[in-house]
Amino acid sequence: MNFQIARIALRTLVTKEVTRILRIWVQTLIPPVITMSLYFLIFGRLVGSRIGEVQGYTYMEFIVPGLILMSVITNSYSNVVSSFFGARFGKSIEEILVAPVPNSVIIAGYSVGGMVRGLLVGFLVACVSLFFSGVRIHNLAVLVGTIILTSGIFTQAGFLNALFARKFDDVSIVPTFILTPLTYLGGIFYSVEMLPEPFYTLSLLNPILYMINACRYGFLGISDIRIEYAFAGGVLFFVALFFLNLFIMRRGYGIRS
Amino acid sequence: MNTPASRGPALQITGLTKTYSAGRKGEGGAVVALRGVDLTVQQGDFFGLLGPNGAGKTTIIGIISSLVNKSAGQVRVFDCDIDSDPYRARAQLGVVPQEINFNIFETVQQIVVNQAGYYGIPRRIATERSEGVLRQLSLWEKRGDAAGRLSGGMKRRLMIARALIHEPRLLILDEPTAGVDIELRRSMWEFLRELNANGTTIILTTHYLEEAESLCRNIAIIDHGSIIQNTTKHNLLNMLDTETFVFDLSAPRETAPELPGFSVRLVDELCMEVEIKRGQDINELFEQFKHANVAVKSMRSKANRLEELFVRLVESSVV
Repeated sequence: MNFQIARIALRTLVTKEVTRILRIWVQTLIPPVITMSLYFLIFGRLVGSRIGEVQGYTYMEFIVPGLILMSVITNSYSNVVSSFFGARFGKSIEEILVAPVPNSVIIAGYSVGGMVRGLLVGFLVACVSLFFSGVRIHNLAVLVGTIILTSGIFTQAGFLNALFARKFDDVSIVPTFILTPLTYLGGIFYSVEMLPEPFYTLSLLNPILYMINACRYGFLGISDIRIEYAFAGGVLFFVALFFLNLFIMRRGYGIRS
Repeated sequence: MNTPASRGPALQITGLTKTYSAGRKGEGGAVVALRGVDLTVQQGDFFGLLGPNGAGKTTIIGIISSLVNKSAGQVRVFDCDIDSDPYRARAQLGVVPQEINFNIFETVQQIVVNQAGYYGIPRRIATERSEGVLRQLSLWEKRGDAAGRLSGGMKRRLMIARALIHEPRLLILDEPTAGVDIELRRSMWEFLRELNANGTTIILTTHYLEEAESLCRNIAIIDHGSIIQNTTKHNLLNMLDTETFVFDLSAPRETAPELPGFSVRLVDELCMEVEIKRGQDINELFEQFKHANVAVKSMRSKANRLEELFVRLVESSVV
């Protein structure tokens, strides 16, 4: 592999992805911000004012970290799955496959594109949250690390989905039936400590719970789980998914006949 | 100056086999697309790969360009094995596929510049270079347009521009003029001839045998996954032992004239076809026309010679 070619190819892929995200910003950036604003308004302001405090914070303050992370998760995932599957479906992926671009660079290029969208949306949602709640950052390193790691994990998951998808319906199956339920059950709106057994133990099997709690720790300094577990698990997930994607790409599944 | 053959092969294919496995539900069964294909294309050549639909042309191109995994065999592009040295092999290749495969929402120039980026060409250089390529293919005025808004011919030219941006040494075109009008096709031929004259080795697959006859120096014919003929165009055309001419008559006839030594068929009362064997003198035919009182207004070859031969070879290869 020629590193100079790989570097320029990666930059090209990322530029192309970011250009796409910004070209269709009405579809990529605005809808999640509107959705999250409604969550803040309805759950945080209207319902939350009747709930009272959770772990020493107002309900609005409690749900803001989880909602920001949820927008990062869904947008990182959906950007990669739609962009890469779209390229497969329209065959424009062949432009890259015929060129001397290593598989790892293709995965990285789409992933960075997805992360850019996830982080952009996360930033915009965080800005909107300021209208409803004050800024409080307990640990910036944990916060930034959690958001980047989470975004990275879900871009890898989106890439995996895009490799296996055969039609556009397959692109929405995983977000609808797996990602969204796991996100909602990952403790965005409640502390898992409120749950009775066996739901508490079952919740500990949900990987998104760890990321949401790590994010909440970064903002507020509270968490239902140990942050070290969240990071170790997150890194493990990221590496495992990356190498799984690489393995599938090398086999040519979904991209080469 | 080196002759193309003395510079070694641009492409060397040995024992190439491809079997497409049955569908996920086992439907269709396995399909053998290539059966041990051997093929060598010398540097500087303009090489035609011809064959009927489903013969295996696109599969060969897919394997060379890494879009299709081969089942067995070896492919070398300028001495780089596509398995052990894939990136160097791909860097020397430009591929113009049969189907439109660019993102229709990107602009013409974005598509070309991005493609250069995948080959490691920095954006500034790629942007400069894109002007030359797009001008050559008369697309510069359309550089800011979304590719989806181009006409069919322009889309084809865009795919050629994209394949040339990294200045490949070997250009493979899979039916590049399919669906393109005659005027544009001729201008593309001129462009490809010029490109070849400047040193780019070209491999062309086409259904227009007139195109292959006009452009290619060497031709291979593939059918049912096997190469059934691989020689120079000159040798190939020499294999044709008869040629059919069409004569437009000045006066109507009800029956075909008896012309000894020639096979004659009356198409309609003002038109007839005569088959002339290789070595037969056409003057002799005109002598016989005179004796039989046949007044000829004009004459032309019935079909492209290569087309005639192609049909015969393919028909004879059917098992």
